[in-house]
Amino acid sequence: MRAFYALFVARNKEFLRDRGTLAWNFLFPFLAVAAIALVFSGGNRELYKVGVVGLDALRASQHSAGTAPQAGTAPAGAAATAPSAAGSTADGSPAQAAVRAFLQTRYVQFVPVHDLAAAQDKVRHHLFDLVLDVQGQPRYWVNPTNPKGYFLERVLWSAGGRSALPREELQGREIRYIDWLLPGVLAMNMMFSCLWGVGYVIVRYRKGLILRRLKASPITAVQFICAQIASRLVLVLFVTAVLFFGLDWMLDIYNAGSLLALFVVFAIGGICMIALGILLASRTSNQELAGGLLNLATWPMMFLSGIWFSLEGSSPWLIQLSRVFPLTHLIDAARAIMVDGATLSAVLPQLGWLVAMTAVFLGAGALLFRWE
Amino acid sequence: MSAILEARELVKRYPKVTAVDGLSLSIAEGTCFGLLGPNGAGKTTTVEMMEGLTPPSSGEVRFRGQPLDRHFKQAVGIQFQSTTLQDFLTTRECIELFASFYPSPLPTAEVMRMCSLEAFADQDNRKLSGGQRQRLYLALALVNDPQLLFLDEPTTGLDPQARQNFWELIRSIKAKRKTIVLTTHYMEEAYALCDEIAIMDRGRIIAQGTPEALLMEHFEGVWLELPRGSFTPPPDFPWKVYATEALVGIHTANVNETLRHLMAQQVSLEGLRVKAPTLDDLFLELTGRELRA
Repeated sequence: MRAFYALFVARNKEFLRDRGTLAWNFLFPFLAVAAIALVFSGGNRELYKVGVVGLDALRASQHSAGTAPQAGTAPAGAAATAPSAAGSTADGSPAQAAVRAFLQTRYVQFVPVHDLAAAQDKVRHHLFDLVLDVQGQPRYWVNPTNPKGYFLERVLWSAGGRSALPREELQGREIRYIDWLLPGVLAMNMMFSCLWGVGYVIVRYRKGLILRRLKASPITAVQFICAQIASRLVLVLFVTAVLFFGLDWMLDIYNAGSLLALFVVFAIGGICMIALGILLASRTSNQELAGGLLNLATWPMMFLSGIWFSLEGSSPWLIQLSRVFPLTHLIDAARAIMVDGATLSAVLPQLGWLVAMTAVFLGAGALLFRWE
Repeated sequence: MSAILEARELVKRYPKVTAVDGLSLSIAEGTCFGLLGPNGAGKTTTVEMMEGLTPPSSGEVRFRGQPLDRHFKQAVGIQFQSTTLQDFLTTRECIELFASFYPSPLPTAEVMRMCSLEAFADQDNRKLSGGQRQRLYLALALVNDPQLLFLDEPTTGLDPQARQNFWELIRSIKAKRKTIVLTTHYMEEAYALCDEIAIMDRGRIIAQGTPEALLMEHFEGVWLELPRGSFTPPPDFPWKVYATEALVGIHTANVNETLRHLMAQQVSLEGLRVKAPTLDDLFLELTGRELRA
């Protein structure tokens, strides 16, 4: 019992005197909770997603006229009662009145859309349940094979839109959640493998003085780092390929794009993640601190890079923040290829970001790197 | 003999301490040079500077008359005391890995034979015993057939058999005219292996020479040791004495005269031992007996 107590006290002292790890242990839960709170703030309990072309302009005009209802904040039943109240067209056509009433429906996420064609694609793949164009003569598009679209259309009709709004049907294979999710999961797995597999191992090498042993040999830091990149990249691409084809075999994963383009995206993304791992592991020999730093990098990316849900419709500043993370660009590019059938040239902006981040991470990592 | 390695006025300052303070030494080719000193004497820092791993604050190290350059790493081997190796690699794979760093390494089989590692060739390096692991570390230091070999406390923690075995290994390397720089806490080891030793304290060399020459220089005569209960030296005892809990030691250059004196005092000589001074005695004589950090 005395030995246990002595060990207990010794370990506590060790922990409390390690300021970096101590600070991290407080900081990390705070950041994780804050990130979750951010993403799920505002009572986001919407079950349906509607893309609205011209939503911003409509809200601005309603706001200036002092008649702007907040979308999704009307009392229950408002959607059903609004058409008759607004049907007088006192401030517009019956179609516009129906739109205003429809936009008051609760538990529907109305997402501002600027690219109608892209939004129509989302309707085809069930990523939007309905698209509404409120510019000029209002009209809407729906996929008849989407059950949620069916219900939303009924709500729109009850708001007076059945006769007032032209309807167009869009056909396409449903992109299941798993189809949409898979690029994010593959990218997340790649992120963890690269950051921990390289970053944590380098710190362990440093702590175990393996790097010191290497420093005494003719090996240069560049050779060492390149070997780490190459080794991890091959492993992670192999694992990703096995996951991709294995899941495809099991679940018939939807992939509208080219496998070669997908390979290029994952290869560039993998190098970027490895470079980040090298940067995070460039100096410390404290494994606990390294673990904290790696968590600091991975957890925000896991929540804010759009792995589990689309950031579409989130606060603009949150979307901007997500652009800071390489995982966001990797997922965006992979998802664009798999879900939308994008070509490599279409995802050049994301690839450009990844290449630029890689250069920054590698440059800083090389500058900061120390063997001991 | 020409010097293979020279240190000239080496100084290493850290923010709160000067670890090495103007140290100069010269190591002749083909010899085994021992660097000794108590903890904190600065020998590790000195060796790290000579290995090219730590830059000196001032002064310089020269290898074959030239400042250390990238070719130096090709020509030296370093056996680190307490490092780990990559997990899950076998003995053979570790040697092959490090051999790959050099343009003309020795064949792996030859290195394993030199270090008696054949029986453990396919064993995970983490599962080697202390002696086996030290031999593997030595193998890694020998893999490039170095001209100069640094051994950092190579037998620390080994049992007597493993230590003797390791010494034989070092002697076989010496026989190949390799130059060895050895740091050790075991004076017996330095005496057994080194052609020349330097004793450091407080960042400086306080004695240097062959072990025999240093012993002759600092000690004249032998120690006579008696059980503590059989003799209590009077204040006017004519020879230098020391006492431990178990015995009393008398330093004398004339054994016959001292023994006659003791017998005249009717001191029992039961349990008498005659001990020649060792490097341990020299070390303590030069660096003091107080405990170092």
